Amino acid sequence: MTIPNKKLFALCLVVLALLFMAQFVLSNYLVLALTRILILAIFAMGYNMLMGYTGLLSLGHAMFFAAGLYAAGLANYYGGVSLPIAFVIGILGGGVLAFVIGLLALRTQTVSFMIVTLMFAQVAYLLTLYFSNVTGGDQGLTLPTASRSFSLFGLAVDLTSPMVRFNIALTLFAVVLIGLFAVTQGPLGRLFVAVRENINRTEMLGFDTYRIRLLAFTISGAISGLAGALYGLMFGFIGSSFAEFRSSIEVLLFTLVGGPGTLLGPLVGTGVMTMLIDRLSGMTSAYLIVVGVLLIVINLWFPKGILGTIRDRWVPWLK
Amino acid sequence: MAEVILLKTRGLKRHFGGLKAVDGVDFTLRKGEIRAIIGPNGAGKSTFVSLLSGRIPPSEGTVEFDGQDVTALPAHRRVRLGIAYTFQITNIYPSMSVLENVAVAAQSRLRPSFLRKGASETEIEDAARAALAAVGLDDRLDEVAGVLAYGHQRLLEVAMGLALEPKLLILDEPTQGLSDSEIANFIEVVKRVAQSSTVLLIEHNMHVVMSLADRITVLERGRLLAEGSPAEIMNDKAVQAAYLGEPA
Ligand SMILES: Nc1ncnc2c1ncn2[C@@H]1O[C@H](COP(=O)(O)OP(=O)(O)OP(=O)(O)O)[C@@H](O)[C@H]1O
Ligand SMILES: [Mg+2]
Repeated sequence: MTIPNKKLFALCLVVLALLFMAQFVLSNYLVLALTRILILAIFAMGYNMLMGYTGLLSLGHAMFFAAGLYAAGLANYYGGVSLPIAFVIGILGGGVLAFVIGLLALRTQTVSFMIVTLMFAQVAYLLTLYFSNVTGGDQGLTLPTASRSFSLFGLAVDLTSPMVRFNIALTLFAVVLIGLFAVTQGPLGRLFVAVRENINRTEMLGFDTYRIRLLAFTISGAISGLAGALYGLMFGFIGSSFAEFRSSIEVLLFTLVGGPGTLLGPLVGTGVMTMLIDRLSGMTSAYLIVVGVLLIVINLWFPKGILGTIRDRWVPWLK
Repeated sequence: MAEVILLKTRGLKRHFGGLKAVDGVDFTLRKGEIRAIIGPNGAGKSTFVSLLSGRIPPSEGTVEFDGQDVTALPAHRRVRLGIAYTFQITNIYPSMSVLENVAVAAQSRLRPSFLRKGASETEIEDAARAALAAVGLDDRLDEVAGVLAYGHQRLLEVAMGLALEPKLLILDEPTQGLSDSEIANFIEVVKRVAQSSTVLLIEHNMHVVMSLADRITVLERGRLLAEGSPAEIMNDKAVQAAYLGEPA
């Protein structure tokens, strides 16, 4: 098998190597921050797969993140399911929910699609509150101490160690990054971009664009679910705040800032924006307004994002 | 030997509000022929072939292709059965490269299911290159399609049709905006394609029609006005009055 876009592949490997090295030079605090960034970047990569590559703007991706978070967390909390299996359940939770929502939502396009996804996500959020005797509502649930460690293939893994958490997050980030490299840079990615660029033409070239969009939506939801499950299990906490509209907006913002439709854009955008949001929320409680203004500014003057702009000016293979 | 019918319509109609764009057309196309459809502006030519391709649904009537009733099939399924449609108003992927544009078409033929394995990337790109070479665009593979000159975009549109290797290639005014030398090349391309597939060509340029068509169908106000060999059509009084009589 030959690897398409070899330069991008090499760049991905370099980025992964740099991230791995970071744990040896950064302080514990920064390693923790980077762990969070990596998990949220996975979420953003899942979002970018749909929004950036396929051109479908969803305003409800918090529900898929939350689906993974709750599916994995509740399976562990109530079912006593081991962490690795709970994690897989989380991925399935995101993927299955996305498939079902996609069947309905993908009958609409553009603005109606945004509204429909937003509505489903609000329903999901309200459900987590309504069933708060199960989900813990906005108080959330803290996973039992027994779930702070597990053994995989005879290897004991301690989730209270920042280094362990970082390396787990990095491993899964790498798996998703390489997986998405394969998806986006090959024949399937061509179809996603074709749907984004001209859906009618793609239909008239013999492709069932509904199925292509449903596939993109499902992959996107499964990856978002993966990120949610990882977040919940690694930090041992699940709460309804992850299902809020704010999460959907943040993942959109991360993707827009980094560069929609670029493989590494979500990492860049998540890195830049979480740093910024952390600073801002320290300074002002009205940081959401700042985020909103930023969204508008980017949309108007900077629609390709950081890596998208670099790609268009200098580095065409950065896609 | 009996002639093989590739495509047949019965009572095909398409109304837009009160406007009868296509108004009860019975039409038959034989395998292997090059058929030209001519007619004045607004006669319903584009609407008629859109009904064949499934791009728009008919108000009434049926379409039969290769022995199968395809009236209820969506456009993408008809493409897979072998009906390729090139748009009158250029419809490409403007921000993608010339090669990528045609690669989408080549992929449709060589790797029809996007979940199952099919042809490799190399094979897909080779097929796309071959289709581009056929229309003479092989020296522009990496150019962004949207910035090509209009005539080249028309040829790109044709190359996308060729890459599908269809049983029936529908071309809607493909030579509009082409230079004389490009038209000469285009005529050669269609002659070559016609050796393996059937061609349905909407064309205003009578030189192109006369060089290519085995038979000509004349549409006027959504109805079939006449049909016959080029010589018959040229001598048809009704056609002369309706169409050829018009100043070019
Ligand atoms: N989507 C539509 N909605 C309403 N009217 C339409 C639509 N498409 C075509 N028409 C009308 O139907 C009639 C036939 O149009 P059509 O494009 O099929 O003609 P044509 O023979 O291809 O003309 P031309 O030679 O100018 O391309 C025209 O009067 C046109 O205005
Ligand atoms: Mg027309």
